[in-house]
Amino acid sequence: MTVIAIHQAGKDYDGRAALDDVSFAVPEGRCVALIGHNGAGKTTLLKLILGLIRPTRGRIEALGVDPAAAGRDFRQQIGFLPENVAFHDELTGTDTLVFYARLKGVDAAQGGRLLDRVGLTHAASRRIKTYSKGMRQRLGLAQALLGAPKLLLLDEPTTGLDPVLRQEFFQIIRELTALGATVLLSSHVLTELEARTDLAAILRDGHLAAFGDLNTLRRDAELPVTVRVKGDAMAISGKLNGAYHKSMSADQATIDIDCPPVKKMALLRTLAGYGELCSDLEVRLPSLDDLYLHYSGRQISAPRELE
Amino acid sequence: MNGILTLAVKEFRDGLRNKWVAGATILLAVLAFALTFLGSSPTGLLDVKPLAVTVVSISSLTIFLVPLIALLLGYDAIVGESERGCLLLMLTYPISRSEILFGKFLGHAAILAFATLIGYGAAGAAAASTGSADVESWRAFAGLLLSSVLLGLAFLALAYLVSVFVTERSTAAGIAVGLWMLFVIVYDLALMGILVASKGGVGADIFPSLLLFNPADAYRLFNLTAFENIRKISGMAGLSASAQFPPAVLLLALVAWIAVPLAVALTVFNRREA
Repeated sequence: MTVIAIHQAGKDYDGRAALDDVSFAVPEGRCVALIGHNGAGKTTLLKLILGLIRPTRGRIEALGVDPAAAGRDFRQQIGFLPENVAFHDELTGTDTLVFYARLKGVDAAQGGRLLDRVGLTHAASRRIKTYSKGMRQRLGLAQALLGAPKLLLLDEPTTGLDPVLRQEFFQIIRELTALGATVLLSSHVLTELEARTDLAAILRDGHLAAFGDLNTLRRDAELPVTVRVKGDAMAISGKLNGAYHKSMSADQATIDIDCPPVKKMALLRTLAGYGELCSDLEVRLPSLDDLYLHYSGRQISAPRELE
Repeated sequence: MNGILTLAVKEFRDGLRNKWVAGATILLAVLAFALTFLGSSPTGLLDVKPLAVTVVSISSLTIFLVPLIALLLGYDAIVGESERGCLLLMLTYPISRSEILFGKFLGHAAILAFATLIGYGAAGAAAASTGSADVESWRAFAGLLLSSVLLGLAFLALAYLVSVFVTERSTAAGIAVGLWMLFVIVYDLALMGILVASKGGVGADIFPSLLLFNPADAYRLFNLTAFENIRKISGMAGLSASAQFPPAVLLLALVAWIAVPLAVALTVFNRREA
C-alpha cells in the first residue's frame, strides 16, 4: 500500500515557489529521509503532507486521503514532531503527555509508557523548564508516538540528541517500521541516516533532486571512491602519472586518490605492486554527505591539486 | 473528555499556575472592598442603600479595569501559541480549529468570570453584612455581576480577534492596548466632542444608538439605568427617560459584542494557513 503519494505538488508563498513539481511515493513500512539544505522546502513538504497547508499545484495523498481536506480520522493516525518542538514550560512531562493524549483521544496511561520508552521516566514529574534540549526532543517524540500512528512525520528529530540517544531513537524508529508504520524524517546529520533509512528524498531549492533507495542513488551518482595512501606520496603520484585525480597533503606523507567505483580493485592492485612506497591505506566510500552534496548541486570541497 | 473541555481546563489551570486567576481576583476584590467601604460613608443624606452606592462605584471601576484584564488575558491566545510553535503541533491533532478557539476562549472566560464573581461577590457580601441592603439593591448587584462578566467576555472576544489577525505577539499587545484606549476613553470623548462642537446640532437623535456600538457604554448604561434606586444616585434619572434602551437590549448588545468578534475570529482562523 502506498502511504504517501505526491503528484507534481507545488506551493507558492507570495508568488515565490517554496516547492515545485515534487512527485514521489512511499510504500507502507518504510523509513524515508528527507534531505535538503535550509530553505530547500523540507518543512513545507511536511506541512503539505500534514494538511496544515494546501498545495498551490498538484495533488497530495497521505494514508489514502487528501490531508488538507481530511478529518479527525486522518489526524488520529499520524504523529508529528515539529522542528524546535515547544511545550508549556510550567507543565511537567507527565502533564504534557496527558494533555496531548486527551487531545488525541487516547488513554492517558499511554503517556507514562511512552515516557518510559524515550527514557524520560526519571524526569516525568519535573517541569519542562528544567529539561535539556535533548529531553525536550525526546518528549516531542513521545508525543508523536501517542496513539500508535501509522504515519510518523519527524522534522529534524535528532537535533540535540547525543550519539547514544540517537542510537535509541533509531531503534524506536526501526521497531515502528517493523510494525508497519511509515516514517518520514528530515535531517541535516546525514551520516547517521545512512544504513538506518531505506529511502532518501533530496530536495534542492524546492525541487526534488533525487528520490530512491540509497544504493541506487549512490550508483547513479557515480561518485568516486577515495583511497588515502600513506607513504612516499611524491613517488606514488609520479608512478600513477595522471591516471587518477590526486591530492597530496602538505607534508607529502599522504595522498588521496579518487577513482570510479568500478576501477577500485584495479587501483588497489596497482598500489599493492608499489611495495614499500605505500605503508598504509584506507578506502573511503562516498558518504550520504557526498551524495547529498552531489544531488543538491553544491560544490564538493574542491580537492587540492598537485603542483 | 472532548477537545474543547481539555483545552478549557488546561487554559484555566495555566491561569491558576501563572497567578493570573489569583492576581485578577485579588485586584478586583481589593478595589471593590475599598469602594464599598469608602462608598458607605457619605450616604446619609440621599437615603441610598450602601449596596446601591457600591454598584455605581464598582461599575465605574469595572469599565476601566475589566476590559484591560480581558484584553491582556486574551491577546496572545492564538498568536502566542503560534509564535512558540505550539499551535502548529496542536493543529496536527484530531481537533478542529473551532474547537481550539472555543476551548481556549472558554478557559479564559472561566478565569475572568471567576475573578469577577469572587472578587466583586466578596465585596457584595461584605456590604450586605453591614445589614443595609434591600431586594432592589441585590438585584442591581446581581445585574452588576452578570454585566461585568459579559463586558469582560466582550473584550476577551475582541482580544481573540486581534490574536488571530496578527502574526506577532508584540503587534497584538499594541493593538489590544489601542482597543482599550479607543473603547474606554476615546470613543466617549469623541462623541462628546462632536456634540459640543456642533452645539448639539449633529446627530443628537442617533447618539443614544451609537452608545450601543461600544460595549463599555452599553455596560455603563445598563448599570446606571436598569434599576430605579441606582438611577437616583447615578444622576441618570433624567436620562433614563430619553434613553430608549430597556436593560434587556443593553445586555443583548453586550452579548452581540461577544458573539460577533468571536465569529469573525473563527472565520479568519479557519481560513488562514498554519
